[in-house]
Amino acid sequence: MNVFDLPWVEIAVAAPLLGAAAVRFARTTEAAGRIATLVTAVSLVAGVLAWVALLAGEAPPRVGLFVELLGRELFLVDRLSGPLLPLVALLHLLTIVTTARVKMNRMSFTGHLVGESIRLATFACVEPWPLVALLAVSTVPPYLELVGRKKPTRVYVLHMALFVGLLVGGVAGLSAGVWWAPAALMAAVLVRSGTVPAHLWVADLFEHATFGTALLFATPIAGVYAAIRLVLPVAPEWVLQSIGIASQVTAVYAAGLAVVQTDARRFFAYLFLSHASLVLIGLELHTATSLSGALGLWVSAALSLGGLGLVLRALEARHGRLTLTRFHGLYDQTPELAVGFLLMGLGCVGFPGTLGFVAVEVLVDGALNVNLSVGIAMVVVAALNGIAVVRAYLLLFTGTRHRSAIPLPVTARERVAVLVLSALLLVGGLAPQYLLADRRAAVKSLAYPPPAPAENR
Amino acid sequence: MDPLDYPSLLGGAVVVAPLLLVALLGVASLVGRPLSETASARAVAAVTLFGLLATLAVFAFMVAADTRHVVVGSAEWVHLESDPPEPPYHFAIKFVFDKLSIPFVALTFALLGTVGAFAGRYMHREPGYNRFFVLYSVFLAGMVTAALAGTIETLFLGWELVGLSSALLVGFFHERPAPVRNALRVWVVYRVSDAALLLAAVFLHHMSGAGDFDKLTGYREAAGQEVAAWPDGVCQLEPIQVWVVGGLLLLAAAGKSALVPFSGWLPRAMEGPTPSSALFYGALSVHLGAFLLLRMDPLLDASPELSNAVLVLGLATAALAALAARVQTDIKSVLSFASLTQVGLIVAEIGLGWRYVPLVHLIGHACLRTLQFVRAPSILRDHHALENAVGDRLPRPSGGWLGAVGGWAYRYGLERGYLDAALDRFLVRPFLVAIRTLDAWERRAAAALNGVAAPPTPPKEDRPA
Repeated sequence: MNVFDLPWVEIAVAAPLLGAAAVRFARTTEAAGRIATLVTAVSLVAGVLAWVALLAGEAPPRVGLFVELLGRELFLVDRLSGPLLPLVALLHLLTIVTTARVKMNRMSFTGHLVGESIRLATFACVEPWPLVALLAVSTVPPYLELVGRKKPTRVYVLHMALFVGLLVGGVAGLSAGVWWAPAALMAAVLVRSGTVPAHLWVADLFEHATFGTALLFATPIAGVYAAIRLVLPVAPEWVLQSIGIASQVTAVYAAGLAVVQTDARRFFAYLFLSHASLVLIGLELHTATSLSGALGLWVSAALSLGGLGLVLRALEARHGRLTLTRFHGLYDQTPELAVGFLLMGLGCVGFPGTLGFVAVEVLVDGALNVNLSVGIAMVVVAALNGIAVVRAYLLLFTGTRHRSAIPLPVTARERVAVLVLSALLLVGGLAPQYLLADRRAAVKSLAYPPPAPAENR
Repeated sequence: MDPLDYPSLLGGAVVVAPLLLVALLGVASLVGRPLSETASARAVAAVTLFGLLATLAVFAFMVAADTRHVVVGSAEWVHLESDPPEPPYHFAIKFVFDKLSIPFVALTFALLGTVGAFAGRYMHREPGYNRFFVLYSVFLAGMVTAALAGTIETLFLGWELVGLSSALLVGFFHERPAPVRNALRVWVVYRVSDAALLLAAVFLHHMSGAGDFDKLTGYREAAGQEVAAWPDGVCQLEPIQVWVVGGLLLLAAAGKSALVPFSGWLPRAMEGPTPSSALFYGALSVHLGAFLLLRMDPLLDASPELSNAVLVLGLATAALAALAARVQTDIKSVLSFASLTQVGLIVAEIGLGWRYVPLVHLIGHACLRTLQFVRAPSILRDHHALENAVGDRLPRPSGGWLGAVGGWAYRYGLERGYLDAALDRFLVRPFLVAIRTLDAWERRAAAALNGVAAPPTPPKEDRPA
C-alpha cells in the first residue's frame, strides 16, 4: 500500500465536515479561523493527491467507507473531476485566508465548511441520484444565510425550487423512460447556470448574500457539471441545440449588461453569467475540440473569476459596497489588489499570456467548425467582457485619489492569495498544453452523442 | 554547430529578452519589491541594446547565407490529437525574420531604447515610475511579438499586449478623471480592432487548419528551397476567403492605426506621459495597422477591390487628419494629427500596391515623429526664450487656407470630422440605451418577485464611463 491508496477523495470531503463540527468548540473567533484554515488546507492537499494518484495511473482506492457500506464507490475522481476538486478546495481556502479579521465574527465558518464539503462531494459524485441530492442540498446554505441576514429570498427560492424540481423530475423521468426527461434536465441545468430568462437569481444572490457565500456557490459552475454528468450522455440533438441557443443569447446579453452595471457585485454576477454560458456553448457543440476548449475555459474561468471575486471582497472589507457610478481611486492604497483585479479580470476574458487565452481560442475554433454564428458571438462576448473588466478597473482604482483617515494596505494573506492565483493564471498561460491535453483526455472519457453535421445546424 | 543555427538562436533571444524584462519588472512589482530607478533604467537599456544587436546579427547572418526568410520557434505550443472525423488542433508560436519584420523590429528596439533612456530622466521621481516601466516592457514584448509573428495567433498575442499597455499608459495620470475616460475610449476602440483580428485568425485557422501566414502569403519552403518571401508571396486563399479575412484585417488595422472612422481616439491618447505618446502614437503603435497591411500584402495583390478600399481609407484619413491638424491648439494634438496624416499616406501607398516605399516611409516617419514628440515639452520654453531675446512676439501662423474656405471647414477640423460624435450617436448611445433599459427592467422584475420596492435608476451625471 502506498500513499495513493488512501481514500483521498473521501478525506477531502470529510475534512471540512469534521472541521465544521470542531469550530463549534473553538473558544475564540481567531481559533475558529485557524481550524477552518487548517481543514480547508487538508482538503486541498487531499484533492491534489487524489488527482495526482489518478494521473499517476494508480487504481482508485478500495478502502473507502462507501465501498464497505454500498459495495461501490460513491465519490471518485476521474479525468473530468481531477482538477476540479483541488480548484474548488483552493477557492475555499483562499476565501478563508483572505477574510479580514474584523469580518471574521460575521462569517459563519460552520456554514462555509459544510458548503465546501457539499461542493467537493458534488464534484466527486457520478451517480445520478446522489448527485441530484447533493445539488439540491447545496442550495440550502445560501438560503439559510439570506434568511439569517433578513434579506429577500423569494427570487432565490423560486429559482432553486424550480431547479430541484426539474432535476428530480428529469432523473425520475429518465428511469421511467419518458420523452420529456432530457428536456427537464436541460431546463434544470439552464436554471442552475443562470441562463436567460432564468438568470435573475444570480444577481439577486450576489446583491443580498455575503460575497463569499455567493462567490463559492456560483464560481465552480456546478450547473456545467450537472450538464456533463446528467444531460450530455442522454440528450438528443435538439436538447443540446436548445442549450446552445439559450447559452449563446445569455453570453452576449450578460456581457452587454456587465458593461453598464452600476454596482460592483452585479457587474461580477453578469461577468460570471457570461462565462458560465460560454462553457455551456462548448458543451452544446459537443465536438472533441469544442468540449476540450469548454472544459479548459471552465477551469480558467473558475480560477480567474474566483480571484476577481476575492479581490472585490477584499475591497468591500475596506470600503463597503462599491458602486460603479463614480471613480473611487483606490489604486494608491492597494496597488496589489489593483494589479490582481486586472490580471484576474483579463484572465477570465482570455487575454494573451493567461490560462484562458488558448482555451478561448480552442473553443472558438471548435465552434467555427460547426457553427459560424456561435464563433462570431463568442468573439463579441470576449470583446464586451474585456471592456466591462477594464471599465470596472478604471472606476474602482483610478479617476481620483481616495483619502482615508487610516492606511488600508493589502495584508500579507491577501498578497499571498493574489500571488498564488496570478502565478496559476500566468504559468498556466505560458504552458497551456498541460491543461488542454488533460481536458482532451477528460473529453475522451466522457460519453456524448456524435455531433450533427454542420449543414443541419 | 551548424552555422545556420546561429540565426535561430539569436532570433530566439530577440523574442525572449523582452519577455524576461516583463518578468523582471512585473514580478518584482507584484511581490512588492519594485526595482530602483537606476536598476529599471539599466535593465531597459540592456534589453533594448541586446535586442537591437541580436536583430542586426540575424540580418548579417541572413545576408551571409543569402536567405530572405528565417523561421524561429515553430514548435507547436498546443497540440490536441485528432478525433476522427475531426482534425487535430494546432496552435503554433512561430516567428519570422524577413525583409519586413527585421526593419520593423530593429526600429522598435532602437526607438524604445532611445525613448527608454529619455523616460528614465523624464519620469525621475514620478510616483508611477515603476508602473510606467512595467507597461513599457509589456509594450516592448507586444511590439516584438507582433513584428516577428509568423502565425496570425502569434500576431494577435502581441497585438493585445500592445493594446493593453497603450490604453493603460493613456490613463497613466490616473488621479484625474480625463485621462481615465480617454483610456477607456482607446480601450473600447482597441477591443473592436482585437475582435476583428481574432475573427480573422479563427477564420484563417478554420479555412486552412492552421494560422500560419504561409497559407495567407505563400511564404513556404519546398524541400529546403525558398519559394517565396515578403513581398513576393502569393495568396493561397479562395476569392471569398480573401474578402472575409482581408476585410476583417482591414478593420483591425483601421482600429489600431486610428484610420477613419476610428480616428477620434488618437488625440485623446495624448493624455499619457510624453515618452509614451512619442512611442505609441507617434512612432510604433499607430503604425502597427500599416504593418499588418504590409504583412497581408498578398491578400491585397489578390483583390483589387480590397486594395482600392485600403487606398480610399488611407486618403480619407490623411485628408481628415491634415484638416484637423490645422486647427489644434496644443502641440501634442497637432503632432498626433500630423502623425495620422502620414499614417494615412502610408496606408494609401500600400493600397497603390507599393511595398518598399511605405516601409521606408513608415520608418522615416516614426523616427522623425519620435524626435518631435520628445522635443515637445521643451519647445514651449525655447519659444519663450526666443521671444525674450528678440523683445517681441514671434510671428504667429494665421488660420491659413482654412479661413478662406469658410467657417464650416474650421469647425469640421475642430470637431475632427464629427467622427466621434457620429460613432457615439449611431453606435454607442443606442447600445447603451437599449442595454440600460433591459437592466432597469431586470431590477424591477427582481424587486417585484422579492416583493420589495424597485431600486432607483442612478442619475445620468453619475455615470462617468
